[in-house]
Amino acid sequence: MLFLFFFSVASKAKTKGMDKVDCLFNSYANSALGMIDPDGIEALCSDLGVDYTDVRILIFAWKLKAEKQGYFTMVEWQTGLKALGVDSLSKLKKAVTELEKEVGEPSNYDDFFSYAFRYCLTEEKQKSVDIESICELLNVVLRAQFRPQVDLLVEYLKVQSDYKVINLDQWVNFLRFCKEITFPDLENYDATQAWPLILDNFVEWMREKQ
Amino acid sequence: MTMNERKTIDLEQGWEFLQKGITKLKNILEGLPEPQFSTEDYMMLYTTIYNMCTQKPPHDYSQQLYDKYRESFEEYITSTVLPSLRDKHDEFLLRELVKRWANHKEMDRWLSRFFRYLDCYFIARRSLPPLNEVGLTCFRELVYQELNAKVRDAVISLIDQEREGEQIDRALLKNVLDIFVEIGMGQMDYYENDFEVTMLKDTAAYYSRKASNWILDDSCPEYMLKAEECLKREKDRVSHYLHSSSEPKLLEKVQHELLSVCANQLLEKEHSSSERKLLEKVQHELLSVCANQLLEKEHSGCHALLRDDKVDDLSRMFRLFSKIPGGLEPMSSIFKQHVTAEGTALVKQAEDAASNKKVFVRKVIELHDKYLAYVNDCFQNHSLFHKALMEAFEVFCNKGVAGSTSAELLATFCDNILQKGGSEKLSDEAIEETLEKVVKLLAYISDKDLFAEFYRKKLTRRLLFDKSANDDHERSILTKLKQQCGGQFTSKMEGMVTDLTSARENQANFEEYLSNNPNANPGIDLTVTVLTTGFWPSYKSFDLNLPAEMVKCVEVFRDFYQTKTKHRKLTWIYSLGTCNLIGKFEPKTMELIVTTYQASALLLFNSSDRLSYSEIMTQLNLTDDDVVRLLHSLSCANYKILNKEPSTKTISPTDHFEFNSNFTDKMRRIKIPLPPVDEKKRVIEDVDKDRRYAIDASIVRIMKSRKVLGHQQLVSECVEQLGRMFKPDFKAIKKRIEDLITRDYLERDKDNPNIFRYLA
Repeated sequence: MLFLFFFSVASKAKTKGMDKVDCLFNSYANSALGMIDPDGIEALCSDLGVDYTDVRILIFAWKLKAEKQGYFTMVEWQTGLKALGVDSLSKLKKAVTELEKEVGEPSNYDDFFSYAFRYCLTEEKQKSVDIESICELLNVVLRAQFRPQVDLLVEYLKVQSDYKVINLDQWVNFLRFCKEITFPDLENYDATQAWPLILDNFVEWMREKQ
Repeated sequence: MTMNERKTIDLEQGWEFLQKGITKLKNILEGLPEPQFSTEDYMMLYTTIYNMCTQKPPHDYSQQLYDKYRESFEEYITSTVLPSLRDKHDEFLLRELVKRWANHKEMDRWLSRFFRYLDCYFIARRSLPPLNEVGLTCFRELVYQELNAKVRDAVISLIDQEREGEQIDRALLKNVLDIFVEIGMGQMDYYENDFEVTMLKDTAAYYSRKASNWILDDSCPEYMLKAEECLKREKDRVSHYLHSSSEPKLLEKVQHELLSVCANQLLEKEHSSSERKLLEKVQHELLSVCANQLLEKEHSGCHALLRDDKVDDLSRMFRLFSKIPGGLEPMSSIFKQHVTAEGTALVKQAEDAASNKKVFVRKVIELHDKYLAYVNDCFQNHSLFHKALMEAFEVFCNKGVAGSTSAELLATFCDNILQKGGSEKLSDEAIEETLEKVVKLLAYISDKDLFAEFYRKKLTRRLLFDKSANDDHERSILTKLKQQCGGQFTSKMEGMVTDLTSARENQANFEEYLSNNPNANPGIDLTVTVLTTGFWPSYKSFDLNLPAEMVKCVEVFRDFYQTKTKHRKLTWIYSLGTCNLIGKFEPKTMELIVTTYQASALLLFNSSDRLSYSEIMTQLNLTDDDVVRLLHSLSCANYKILNKEPSTKTISPTDHFEFNSNFTDKMRRIKIPLPPVDEKKRVIEDVDKDRRYAIDASIVRIMKSRKVLGHQQLVSECVEQLGRMFKPDFKAIKKRIEDLITRDYLERDKDNPNIFRYLA
């Protein structure tokens, strides 16, 4: 008897909680699609008081493990909000500001960084992202932490003509470069190691500038 | 006399008797008039001693006699020998010493005979030093100890005198040094410590002085001559009077002082001697820019010898320097610099003038011959110099020469030799030899694949336009290339040569086919060469609009070919074809040998008198490049088969052309050449593409077998694997690795980004 009661209470709590989450979802979702689309996200951003291009939205997407850029499915929404432990807009607002800290953990950050790239792959079987988008992404994701590197790297990427697109391997190494290489002297950079060629070229370009 | 009857000899008595014998001996040794010992004398002395030793105690005087034996020597030495030595010096001292030593040994010999009983019995029982040792010890402690330093100095002084050219008594020195040896009684300690050490020090000082003088005054060759002489003489010295064990130490010292210490100065020697005198004169006579110009040239010893081809001096230098540890490295390094400079100068010459560019390869071969001879002769085939030669050639053979790589120039050089009319003046052996040298030169070039591709392109023209001079030579060079670079290098070329042979057979079959099927006959003599695609360079086949007559030929052959093989596709490369046309000109009918392209253009004029550029292009369906080239060859070159309007020197799209019915030539049959397109760009593109594939394949191969490998190791293994054909650029390898990562062949290790994993 007791058990049943407990169960029912728990399930009620669950459904009640889920209901709130689902309601929240529905308030932004495109009913025809059955998921939140770019317009919905924009609305959500404005309600959260966060700019659409703010990195926190990207982090939010990462937490949701959202697969498609600009869209959140029901499942993603539910899983994400559950992970955050929130079920209302106000709680969500608070959680989002906390997210930046969470992502700051080195193990999380690497994961987030890769995610940011994959999030940009819109076509099926797409493996690389165009330079323009990469530059924007770098600015959003990395500039706060590694401003001088990002500024110069973005400048270089726009100027060079060897590469029209960047793949995941190169992307991941951008982060490693910022973390490991002393800047701006680049003293410990060794081109004979397995750095992607684009970074070898970048370093050469930087050394010529100096 | 029996034992019992023997009278006991008293010590005093006995010794007095013995003393007489000893005195007698001394007198003999001193050269005083004294008769020799008779057998009886000897017996008496021996027996006396015997008795004195075998008497019953207390009359057993063995110990006393033993002591007295030593005392005799001591007494003699102290009273007679030492005084005679002390007042002498230098050579006189040495002579006296030798005499006294000889005497001592003699005395020792005699006395031991007398005192033999003691030696055999008493000494053994008491474990005492034997008598000869006693004697020698006396001499050593009394004479040698006091005088050895003085003797040594006297000897060394004589040696130095001999070094200065004086005659000395070598036998005397030998005798003296024998004393040093013998006094050690089997050990060389006395010789080494009391003589050799100082002698070596003195030698070093002597040659050090000489060296510092000579190095200033003498030129390098002069100095080396002197050095060689000195070493010879020192060696001689050892054989005549020094102990043989001194030889290595002595020579080493001399070499060190004359060569090692001065090695750098020798190598860096400023000016050869005659040049220096000239410069001094000029400076003295003319105070002008001229002197400065002469002085501005920088020379150094070894460089000067190489520059002036002084082979004997170089051989001498090698001989001398090879004895010093590390003496050859600087020499080989200068040799390498010199050869590199000469080679680089050839490169520059070729850059400066096109005529020099033509002979560049020949000059490089000559350079190689010259310096290989140096390595074999002057440098006695030493591996260090072989290496230096190789490295020098690798440096300048990989430099570009006026826009062409040496790979290309080498291929052109081969083409010239193997072409008809290329080397008719040379004998077969000479050609073989040259081809041999060319292949050797290829070893120095890192872009071997580039050479192969150029060679293949030129081989194509030789084979297809029947320009090859000699089949045997063609095969011979392929064999040599195969030996040097492996089968893979030559497999395609060999395929090409084989194709030609098959083509002839095929042609015979075709002709048989035609005779069996007279309806099929196109009415034109047709020869087709079927090429196996993989072997031959790729040619773009344009859809040339063939003249009607030729179209039939193509169809007929196609039908024939179908009867032979069903599963092969024929692609026609008209750009490689030739055609014999009969031109009915007013003056006379002539035969024109042209390419298929040219023939197609000319045949257009059978149906039109006048055609514009664009009409020709449309009708032929070729590119502007091709049309310009072929029209130029027919209207602006040596033979003007077509008249061009306007009659400018170049073709422009607004030109018009007419058949030149007035054309003629003194020959009945002429060949109108169509200069080939510059293949260089295409070749380089093709090679780059092949390299990308080769690098990919190599990386995959390595990773497949290693599974996990670090970046640097992967790169170095890749370079090694591909080294036989070309030197892959690090950047190119990196790019291919990236590409392979994108294509999911490889991935980076999660924990160490410098390590790659193979993805099966």
